[in-house]
Amino acid sequence: MKSCVIVFPGSNCDRDIATALEKMQFKNKMVWHKETALPKSDLIVIPGGFSYGDYLRSGAIAGKSIILDEVIKAANSGCLILGICNGFQILTETGLLSGTLLRNKKLKFINKDVNIKVMNNKTKFSSNYRLNQVLKINIAHNEGNFFTNEKHREQLKKEDLIAFKYCDEKGDISERVNPNGAMDNIAGIYNSKKNILGMMPHPERMIDEMISNTDGINLFKSLLN
Amino acid sequence: MKITEKIIEKHGLKKEEYENIKKLLNRNPNLLELGIFSAMWNEHCSYKSSKIHLKKLPTKGKQVIQGPGENAGVIDIGDDDAIVFKIESHNHPSYIEPYQGASTGVGGILRDVFTMGARPIALLNSIHFGSPSHPKTKSLLNGVVSGIGGYGNCIGIPTVAGETKFNETYNENILVNAMAVGHAKKNKIFYSKAKGLNKSVVYVGSKTGRDGIHGASMASAEFDENSEEKKPTVQVGDPFTEKLLLEACLELMKDDSIISIQDMGAAGLTSSSVEMASKGSLGIELELDKVPCREENMTPYEMMLSESQERMLMILEDGKEKHAKQIFEKWDLDFVIIGKTTNTKKLTLKYKNKIEGEIPIDALAANAPIYDRKWSKKKNEKNTIDFKKLKKIKIEDALIKILSSPNHSNKSWITDQYDQMVMCDTAQRSGSDAAIIRIHNKDKAIAVSVDSSANYCKSHPLTGGKQIVCENWRNLITVGAKPLAITNCLNFGNPENEDVMGEFAECLEGIKKACEFLNYPIVSGNVSFYNGTNKKNIFPTPVIGGVGLIKKIFKPIGHSLKKDKSFLILIGKTFGHLGQSCFLQENYSITEGKPPEVNLTNEKNNGEAVLKLINENLIDSAHDVSNGGLLVALSEMTISSNLGVKIEKPKKLNNTIEYFFGEDQGRYILEIGERNFKKVEKILKTGNIFYEKIGVTQQEFFEVEGELKIAKNDLFKINNQWYNNY
Repeated sequence: MKSCVIVFPGSNCDRDIATALEKMQFKNKMVWHKETALPKSDLIVIPGGFSYGDYLRSGAIAGKSIILDEVIKAANSGCLILGICNGFQILTETGLLSGTLLRNKKLKFINKDVNIKVMNNKTKFSSNYRLNQVLKINIAHNEGNFFTNEKHREQLKKEDLIAFKYCDEKGDISERVNPNGAMDNIAGIYNSKKNILGMMPHPERMIDEMISNTDGINLFKSLLN
Repeated sequence: MKITEKIIEKHGLKKEEYENIKKLLNRNPNLLELGIFSAMWNEHCSYKSSKIHLKKLPTKGKQVIQGPGENAGVIDIGDDDAIVFKIESHNHPSYIEPYQGASTGVGGILRDVFTMGARPIALLNSIHFGSPSHPKTKSLLNGVVSGIGGYGNCIGIPTVAGETKFNETYNENILVNAMAVGHAKKNKIFYSKAKGLNKSVVYVGSKTGRDGIHGASMASAEFDENSEEKKPTVQVGDPFTEKLLLEACLELMKDDSIISIQDMGAAGLTSSSVEMASKGSLGIELELDKVPCREENMTPYEMMLSESQERMLMILEDGKEKHAKQIFEKWDLDFVIIGKTTNTKKLTLKYKNKIEGEIPIDALAANAPIYDRKWSKKKNEKNTIDFKKLKKIKIEDALIKILSSPNHSNKSWITDQYDQMVMCDTAQRSGSDAAIIRIHNKDKAIAVSVDSSANYCKSHPLTGGKQIVCENWRNLITVGAKPLAITNCLNFGNPENEDVMGEFAECLEGIKKACEFLNYPIVSGNVSFYNGTNKKNIFPTPVIGGVGLIKKIFKPIGHSLKKDKSFLILIGKTFGHLGQSCFLQENYSITEGKPPEVNLTNEKNNGEAVLKLINENLIDSAHDVSNGGLLVALSEMTISSNLGVKIEKPKKLNNTIEYFFGEDQGRYILEIGERNFKKVEKILKTGNIFYEKIGVTQQEFFEVEGELKIAKNDLFKINNQWYNNY
C-alpha cells in the first residue's frame, strides 16, 4: 500500500508517522508543502505538530497551502486521508471535515495516555478493531476540544461517523474522563463517505511495546486490508 | 558621545576594568566598543569569578569527545553514535517575564546542542520557586511551566524529566535551568573554531530586533526593587522559527559546507563572532548594514548587543554559499553573508562604509578579566537539634505531611503539560528516577536525570556537592544505565560576597571529588552568579544533569511495583541521619543540622552491584532512597503502581522515626521475585554489599507492621491533591 505524509513548516510528528508507516510495510513518501503534485498514494497522512507555529489559529495557515488543493482533490476522488492531531485541525480548516477544535477546557496543553473507545469498526481505518474496544492512546494538544453545530452533531450520530470517544478503562463514557472538554467525548470523526478520519490521539505513538503499547497497530493494519 | 563614569557603570563595568580596556586599546573606546567589552567581560560570558575554580574539575575520560569550552559537551556511546548535551540557566529573565524567560531558556539550550550537529532528542529542566505562599509564586510557576512546555511542545522535542522545588530562598529570584540532549554521528560534530582566511561569515535565522539588549549584563547583576523595569531586556522566543532553523542547519550539515558554526546566544552577534575568531586565532570583519533587522534604524550598538533569538553565525567553505542559501530559503529563513574572516586578529565593524569599531579579539576573550575572589570556608554547623525535646509524632502523620507537601506531591500537573512522547523514542517518561530515550532506529538507549540539593549544599557545601553527583549517578543506575558524564548548572549568589564564593568553591570541591571517584566527568556547564535580591543571596544550588548508557534496551523496570508477594530489599546501610531531612523540615520546620555523610566507596560499590542485578534481569522494580528517606521512597513505589507493601519493623535501629525517615546516602530499594532471590543474595554477598530484606509487596495496603496501614488509593489521593488545589 502506498502512502504519503504532507510536511508543513512546523510539523513535528512527520518522522513519527513515517516510521510507523514504514514499520507497518507501507511504501511511504514525504511531501513538502510547496510541492504542487502528490505522488500516487492510497493513503495521505497529515501529521501532528505545530504547522506554521499555530500562528493565527492552529491549522489555519496550513489549511490554505497549495498542496492542500491536491489533497482535497484526492479526497474527493476517494483517497484515504488520515489527519492526526494538528492534521485533524487542518482537515477541519479545509472543510474536508466539519466541526472545529477549540482550546482545551482547562486552557492547558495536555500530554497523557487516555482511553478511547472504538465507536465504529466498519470503516477502512478501524476494521481490525472490535466494536467498543478500549484503546490506550497518547494525546498531546492545546486545542483538542471538539465542537460542532447541532446539525452536524446529529449527522455524526445518525450516520455513525464518530470514530472514537474518550472513555475510562472499562469503556464508560463520562465527563470525568473527558480530557479536553470535547463535545460528547469525541476524539475522532469521519466524513460522510468515511474515507477521511481526523483524530486527536496519536496512534503512531502506540506501535511499540518498548516505548508504550501496541494499541495503535490495528489502525494501520485495518488500512492494509 | 563622551564615555562618562555613569555610562561605564550602566554597562556593569568596574572602574579598574575600564582602565584596563583603555590600556588594551591604547585609546578610549567609543560607545559601541564599550558595549562590546561589557557584553564580553560580564560574568555570564567571561566566567571571570568562576574560571579559576572550574579549571579544577575533572573533564576528561575515555568516553569524552569534547569537554567544556564548546557550545555543548560531547560523549561517545559506542558505534558511531555521540551524545551532545548541556544545561543552562535562565533565572533572571524568567523572574521578570516567566513565560518568555523559560521559553527562551529552552530555545537557547537547544541551539547549543544542534549547533554541534546533533538532533535534539530530549529536554530536561530544574526549576526552583519561592514559598508557595509568596504572592508571586503561583503566577511564576504557571508562566515557567507553560513557557517550557510551549517551546518544547511546539518544536517537537520531548520534555522527559526534571525537578520542581519550593523554598523561600527563591522568593525573589527563581531558578530556571534547562538541559538539552542531542544525538549526532561521531564523525559529524561541528565546532565553533574558525579556520581559513577570507571565508564567508554568514548570518542565518530570525531577524535582529531590539529585544534582549544587554541581557547577559542583566544576568550579571543582583536584582533590586526596580528589576521589573528590565522587562524590555527579556527576549521573546519563537519555537516555530527555531524548528525551521534546526531542520535547515541539520540539512546543511549533511555535507561539508560548514567550517564553523556558533549560535547567537547571550551577547548575540558579539559573542558569537568573537568566540569563533578567538578559537581560530583569526580576525572577523562584519558589515553591519547587511544584518537583517526587524526594526528600523537600528544602530551598530543595538545590532551587536541584541539578544534576539533563533539566530546563528556560520563560516562557510568557499563556493558553498549558493548551496547553503538554497537550503535556508527553502525553510523561509534569512541567509546573508555579513562579513569575512581576516588575519588581523581584530573584530572590525563597518557600517555605511565607515569603521565604527575595532577591537583586538584577544582583548575581548583571552585578556578578559579573571578574578581570584576571596572566599571563606563554611563554618561547621553545630548539630544542636535535641530530638528528645521535639513533640512526639506518629509515623503515619509524619508521612502524610511529607507526601502532601508541595515539594513531594505528585507533579503530573506539571509533566502533563509537556509533550513527553513526540519523536516516539521515550521508553521511560518522567516520574521515575531517570528518563530513558531510545536512540532512533537502534536498540540502545540513554538515561537522563537532573538533580539538586540546595538544603544540603547550604548546610555543608562540600558534602552537598558530593551528594548531588552521587544522587544523579544513583538515579541513572536505578533505571539500568551506566552513568557516563554530566553537565552542571551552578546557581549561586553574589560572588563578591566571601561566604557565597566559599559556598561556590566548596561545592565545586565536593563535585570534583565525587566525579573523580565515580569516573563521571563534567563535559559542559554554566555558571549563574548574582542570584539574589537586595543583598540576600539564594541557597547555593548547583544542578547536575547526567547521561548514562543502556547498551541494549529492555522494557524499563521503573519504580512502580510489579508483582504481588515479591521481596523488597534495601541496599546500603541505614544509620537514621535526620539532619537536613524532609522529616524535620515538613513536620517541625527545622532547617538546621548537617546533611548525611557521603561515602564514595559505598556509593560506587552499591551502585555497581545494583546495575549488575538490573542488567542480569533479576530486578522487577527499583528506586533510589533520597529526599524523605525509606518510607517516602516506598510510598512512591506504591503510588505509581497497583500494589501495596508490607514492611517489617526495623530490626536494628530502635528509633523507628530515624529508620524510616533518615536520609542516609547510597541506598536503593529493589523488588525481587522469589525465584530470583537466591541469585540476588549470592551476587550481593560476593560483592560484600550490605543489604536487608525489609518486607514484601501485597495487594491494597501500604503497611508497616504495628505502625500504620493505609489503603493504596488513599495514599495516592494524599500525594495528588496539592497542585490541583493550589
